[in-house]
Amino acid sequence: MTLIVDSVAKAFGRFPALGGVSLEAREGEFLALLGPSGSGKTTLLRILAGLETPDTGAVSFNGEDLLRLSARERRIGMVFQHYALFRHMTVAKNIAFGLSVRPRATRPSKDQVAARVADLLRLVQLEELGDRYPAQLSGGQRQRVALARALAIEPRMLLLDEPFGALDAKVRRELRRWLRKVHDETGVTTIFVTHDQEEALDLADRVAILKDGALVQIGAPQAVYDAPADAFVFDFLGGAVRLPGRVEGGRLTLGDWTSKAPTDAPLGDVQVFFRQDQASLRGPDGEGFNALVTGLVQRGPAVRIDLEGLGQSIELLLPPGEVPDQAAPGRILRVAPKAVTLFGGR
Amino acid sequence: MAITLTWLSLIVLIPLAALVIKPWELGLDGVWRTLTDDRVVAAFRLSFGAAAIAAAADAVLGLIVAWAIVRYSFPGRRLLDALVDLPFALPTAVAGIALTAIYAPNGPLGALFAQVGIKTAYSPLGVVLALTFIGLPFVVRAVQPVLEEVDREVEEAARTLGATDYQRIVRVVLPAILPAILGGVGLAFARAVGEYGSVIFIAGNLPMVSEIAPLLIIIKLEQFDYAGAAAVGLGMLVISFVALLALNLVQTWLTRRSRG
Repeated sequence: MTLIVDSVAKAFGRFPALGGVSLEAREGEFLALLGPSGSGKTTLLRILAGLETPDTGAVSFNGEDLLRLSARERRIGMVFQHYALFRHMTVAKNIAFGLSVRPRATRPSKDQVAARVADLLRLVQLEELGDRYPAQLSGGQRQRVALARALAIEPRMLLLDEPFGALDAKVRRELRRWLRKVHDETGVTTIFVTHDQEEALDLADRVAILKDGALVQIGAPQAVYDAPADAFVFDFLGGAVRLPGRVEGGRLTLGDWTSKAPTDAPLGDVQVFFRQDQASLRGPDGEGFNALVTGLVQRGPAVRIDLEGLGQSIELLLPPGEVPDQAAPGRILRVAPKAVTLFGGR
Repeated sequence: MAITLTWLSLIVLIPLAALVIKPWELGLDGVWRTLTDDRVVAAFRLSFGAAAIAAAADAVLGLIVAWAIVRYSFPGRRLLDALVDLPFALPTAVAGIALTAIYAPNGPLGALFAQVGIKTAYSPLGVVLALTFIGLPFVVRAVQPVLEEVDREVEEAARTLGATDYQRIVRVVLPAILPAILGGVGLAFARAVGEYGSVIFIAGNLPMVSEIAPLLIIIKLEQFDYAGAAAVGLGMLVISFVALLALNLVQTWLTRRSRG
């Protein structure tokens, strides 16, 4: 293991930001820290960068104790949400900054710095813009400059704090792909903080999900998506429908409909989870619980169906072919979830 | 636009025009003789020299004060923040008398300086002290809001890139607030050049040594030499204008660079 975080805890005054988080990252891995705001993911990232000091716990990198090094000594590249570029310096000067502040003995020559800057500008596809000032660039270009600047110090690890949070959706998707490509080219261990589950699942080798300062689950995107550890993770990974149900005698009851319960189902009151596209919609005499259609919208390749059922609103996303002809606002249909996950409690 | 110009004309341009026209009653030759008079030249040198030194001192002192108010939290921080404006509010004569009392050879600080053989009050040094005092708030108030706006993440980025505290401040923070420092220095300088009340008590007003240009204007007025007074005024106006224009150009250039 390259990076080992061991029971790291941090409180700001009386607010506990992190309550004993342990996780590991492999050499060259792309790890996403995913969680809602206040989950402690940014605090963890800042501790890794050396910008915060944990109250307890240990952080090591290839066996070296990182906590004994200051941010400046760690050689860990950091990319901030709002770019944090030096506005009075050109793009090239920004990228060269990390090299130019080195002590004279280890500072590369002017030519070496210029060559390195040119390489990095090529890597981030901004060859022509070295003489511009940050204010003359778009948000996406600025973030690429910030990444090049962080890579210039040949970091042993790259940290990104919601790097695409301030960009619009299209640019964000483009940069996401591109970031993965840069990671694969440079091979630097990368830790990426985001609250966007789609971004995390799309990009990372593994996803670590945090909630209230604790690690809830860590694993490959598909594994986490297929087998969420608890109700929170299922909900947070998106596209979830959550219904109150009851398990008794091997049968699951959802409103006026009962079906065979999964073999390992908890007993009594349960929370029933399924993905928005994992349900079938049938006419009044079909399988499923009753629900009233309140809205029907074609959204891209899928149809969004708004329903009222079991005392709450339900949103399904189905391919047009799976939507029965009777589906229209005001009609009562039956909803049968295909694959459900059950968690105990209400 | 028209309204702005009218107001500007009434309040600024017309009085200035009067100042520009008046001296020529003496003829080109007369104006030249007035301005090259030894006593006038000495007064100009003192007024502009002391104002420049005071503005430079304010740049350093003001930056330190603004830095302390913005970056540190300590008991009395709000009080210090309020005290900064005091030189604005104090009648300049009061400031001048207070400074004189302190720096006079028998005053508490003046006596200290006198022991090591430095004459503070009644010398050009006294003039610089008074001008530094009245100029300080201009720099603090110009720098403070800009320093508050400096993005902490930018400094953190510098740290993760390996910059020492010194490199971070000199290469990242100072360039970001340099336009504000220059703006404050320009104001402090302009105020110092025209300052009369607080200087007059501490200067000693020795012709050729510690006599400031505004005092010379008053002296000429008292002698009913209106054209001569206007000539000195015009000289001050031209030098001040050139100095402020230069400062403004540098400031604009710095700002435009980082705003795009």
